[in-house]
Amino acid sequence: MKKQSLKTILCCLAALLVFCAGFCLVQRLVMPKYQERTPEGSLTAEYYREKLNHDVLLIGDCEVFSNVSPVTLYNEYGIASYIRGSAQQLVWHSYYLLEDALRTEKPKVVIYNVLALKYGEPQSEAYNRMTIDGMRWGKAKAGAIKASILPEEDVVSYVFPLFRFHSRWSELTEEDWKYFFREGTVSHNGYLMRTDIRPATKTPTPAPLLDPHLPASSMEWLERMYELCEKNDVRLILLKSPSIEPYWYEEWDKDVRAFADAHGILYWNTLQVNDEIGIDYSTDTCDMGQHLNVYGAEKLSLWLGKKLQETNEIPDRRTDETYVSVWAEKTERYEREKASSDAERES
Amino acid sequence: MLFTSWDFALFIAVLVPVYYLVPKRLQQPVLLLANVVFYAFAGLFAFVLLFATGLSVYLFAIGIGKTWTTQESVLLEHKGEWDKAKRKTFRESMEKKRRILTAVCLILHFGILAAMKYGSGLIGITNTLFGTGFSGAGLVLTMGASFYTFSAMGYVIDVQRGKYPAEKNPLRVLLYTSFFPILVQGPISRFDRLGETLFKTHSFQWDHLEAGLIRVLWGYAKKLLVADRLLVAVKQLIRYPETYNGAFVLVGMLLYAATLYADFTGGIDITIGIGKMLGITIDENFNRPYFSKNIAEYWRRWHMTLGAWFKEYVYYPVSVSKLLRRLTKAARRFGDGFARRIPVYIATMAVWAVTGMWHGNSWNFLVWGLMNGAILLISEELSPLYKKFHARFPGLSRNWFYRAFTVIRTVLLMSSLRMFDCYATVPETFRSFGSMFTTWNLPLLWRGGIASLGLSAADYAVAGAGIITMFVVSLIQRKGALTPRLLGKKLGIRLLIYGTLLAVILVFGYYGFGFDAGQFIYNRF
Repeated sequence: MKKQSLKTILCCLAALLVFCAGFCLVQRLVMPKYQERTPEGSLTAEYYREKLNHDVLLIGDCEVFSNVSPVTLYNEYGIASYIRGSAQQLVWHSYYLLEDALRTEKPKVVIYNVLALKYGEPQSEAYNRMTIDGMRWGKAKAGAIKASILPEEDVVSYVFPLFRFHSRWSELTEEDWKYFFREGTVSHNGYLMRTDIRPATKTPTPAPLLDPHLPASSMEWLERMYELCEKNDVRLILLKSPSIEPYWYEEWDKDVRAFADAHGILYWNTLQVNDEIGIDYSTDTCDMGQHLNVYGAEKLSLWLGKKLQETNEIPDRRTDETYVSVWAEKTERYEREKASSDAERES
Repeated sequence: MLFTSWDFALFIAVLVPVYYLVPKRLQQPVLLLANVVFYAFAGLFAFVLLFATGLSVYLFAIGIGKTWTTQESVLLEHKGEWDKAKRKTFRESMEKKRRILTAVCLILHFGILAAMKYGSGLIGITNTLFGTGFSGAGLVLTMGASFYTFSAMGYVIDVQRGKYPAEKNPLRVLLYTSFFPILVQGPISRFDRLGETLFKTHSFQWDHLEAGLIRVLWGYAKKLLVADRLLVAVKQLIRYPETYNGAFVLVGMLLYAATLYADFTGGIDITIGIGKMLGITIDENFNRPYFSKNIAEYWRRWHMTLGAWFKEYVYYPVSVSKLLRRLTKAARRFGDGFARRIPVYIATMAVWAVTGMWHGNSWNFLVWGLMNGAILLISEELSPLYKKFHARFPGLSRNWFYRAFTVIRTVLLMSSLRMFDCYATVPETFRSFGSMFTTWNLPLLWRGGIASLGLSAADYAVAGAGIITMFVVSLIQRKGALTPRLLGKKLGIRLLIYGTLLAVILVFGYYGFGFDAGQFIYNRF
């Protein structure tokens, strides 16, 4: 009898194991890979493949992952940086991604791009998933889910993404099979390179603001981000990256400036120093002024590197043995991709 | 709390182990607490109403039960002292008390149910007729009210009839009226039958758990693979009746037949499965209804507990009522046959009118009920003709093709009647039904028509596979229930079947973000 019971238990355990393995495989298959289509969905997860620490972390939405080139920052100033940004990354996403990063590394400076402060509430399930699904499990991810979840979403599907993406079984593409076991690298330290040029032809007329202030909830999250940086002895700098659209209102700028002044931190609004940076919206944007292409991103990075050097003591890693070979490899891939995209565009 | 929600899965995952781990004397309180938690999700008003109903039913039944005990004790006390006439008078006075108490209880509870079901409609009619501005916004049917009210009233009538004594323990009555698995869409359970296992203590038995789990899984498969998926197409078809006419109506009819079957039987499978996991036997509500050869048989096999309730508590009392007996007597002058038909016709039409009204507060349901009744009576009238026909062709009823014909005929007939359930008004239903014979647009179905119903080819494939599986399972069930046979298989085979079924539900199920998986269709009745 005892032997029979043991056999039954073992059989059940084996079946459970097989089921779990199958579950994981199917889950892996149906989850979006974000490699060739919407690569910005891969950005959160790619960060964990980094082996070296960073002295500067850039946090924010598309205005950081499209507009700043860490390779330029390194090659021109020796600044080892990484961008923890993803599409429509809201301020609480940024807070938790920063908290998550601070678990494993201690940068000297954190630059937060302020555009997403205009959103005081969760916006879109798709963007929630792109930012959160790639996060490693821990307190930060749980917090990000809790802060972001929309009423029509459920927490269980963040734990088991199969419950969210199971319906993709009928839409699987070659990309899903190609990157089934291993995904490629789509970014350059969080920077998503775009080489195409789509000039901005007109300056948009801003819609009147219903509320002149940034949402209070956003400012509360910014406050929490500041406290987190203080607690970890990291310097927080606020940045408004160059763009024509979406419009950055003067009223919002005042709110951010007031926050920076009140907390004694730097706020760089690049819209006010466009000439100094040298952004030309007829050649430096890939989507009519919403985001910079690689030429614009390199210009902004040159300016940003200089400002960082002027205001902070950031070590030059170009002479650091640990960094040299890794960054040489990164630079080589960066240049190769840039050249190939250039060639593709010209042909 | 929806059966298809993660909250519910968690609720069951906690309840089952707790139920078996607590001392046995606490099993019923644990179940009652589970009912409270489950129904708390339905809102405060619904919650208060459910438990107030339970309490009120308990008190009425106790009051009625007391008349029985008084009657027995007084008659015993005066045994040999009172003559027959006095005893009869006393019994009649007690019966009168019981009837008054029962009537008050029925009027109160059916009144509340009617107010919730028809209140807003009546207010709308009143406002239209008299230009008043009453609001019926608060009169919404609370979850499961139809089901628990009917079950509870059945209990009170049974006590009044002296079938069994009134339950003295109020917790038991509350447990019965609020038993959470049957609140969503029934079955309408009888106090004595459900109580046989509901009020007993249960030791953990692996067989019960396994049998319950597989039944629950099968219910979810029906609901998530077939019902919720096809409902998208059905909704699209009935939303635009002017566009989707002709052949589309036939498609809609058949899709709705599959949807309703998968939804309702799926929900009942989940209900019975949960009961089984807790060691509680809940009555079956279906017996492969789509294999019925005529409408009368169909109604004996579909929503059996509702049919039984109406038969027991409406049909019989109406057909033997004083009024009908008098009518029958008066009708004798037109011939015995005519007189015999009077109680049958009136009771049948009364039952079907009430059944229709039970389903909803629109004219559609009343017409649906009356048409069901009329067809049943016509079938009954034509039965001598059928008998003659079969006497002429004696082998026909054993012929496979003829049997298949009768089954398909019944399915089509029932599906046609169910169109009243789909379309907004009676004229619209008739118009759509008529368009099947007047509008020729069959080629439009495969020229993009089917694809425009909101489902992809993959969805149709999954639903089709689901329907075929349900059909095959029904065929296998002809030789008896499937679960005991499944439990007789080797463990490895069973685990393979369960794992595959679960995996299929998880991957191909119509649930999650962006899907409209939700409440069961019968929950709104």
